[in-house]
Amino acid sequence: MEDDPLSLVLFSGTDDRLNAAAVLAAGAAALGRPVHIFLQYWALDAFRAHHVDMPHGFAPEAGPEGAAKIAALNAAGAASWADTLRAAKDIGAVDIQACTLSMDMLGLEPGQLDPLVDGVEGVTAFYSTAGSGQILFI
Amino acid sequence: MPAVDTSAPQTGTILLDAKGLKCPMPIVRTAQAMKNLASGQLLEVLATDPGAVADFAAWSRSTGNEIVTSSVEGGVYRFIVRRK
Repeated sequence: MEDDPLSLVLFSGTDDRLNAAAVLAAGAAALGRPVHIFLQYWALDAFRAHHVDMPHGFAPEAGPEGAAKIAALNAAGAASWADTLRAAKDIGAVDIQACTLSMDMLGLEPGQLDPLVDGVEGVTAFYSTAGSGQILFI
Repeated sequence: MPAVDTSAPQTGTILLDAKGLKCPMPIVRTAQAMKNLASGQLLEVLATDPGAVADFAAWSRSTGNEIVTSSVEGGVYRFIVRRK
């Protein structure tokens, strides 16, 4: 556990799920655990250049009431998921990789991704880096 | 023989005001501030996040940085931590 990273597979591209993932990543980084983030599908879409700080909506279960609660939390000073991830990278080893298959699906080139993304990898490289560490799918 | 203070020299306590910040930012800002401290130097953190007590204890256990004092007054948590 000391050497193997915490691996987060991000699938969903809504702000609530991305924020939950960013909080998990930042907490692990603060404790000195390496964090490995693999971006697939709509999460990868949210990491396109110039898109991370734009609104991405909320998961369907949020509903209008949930959306209002999240808006209140943000108004009270909660950090955005992009800012939380930037801070996590500042304090720890947080490596963010884009899934090659999702890159193909979205028609993206590496130069079209936000600077938060460190590189592009396939699923085999993902498992190799994950080792025997925990893997969470969000 | 006089007692010898073997602790690292303290060059003044740095203040980090994390009041109003939501989880996990008080710990994240603390970790960021620690990067600029010398070993043995003290950091005073003020926070209002109710999870701060448990979070700072866990952070101290995992990173080896010491919580010198921990208190709460008027809903504000105050921690003094020493960089290992």
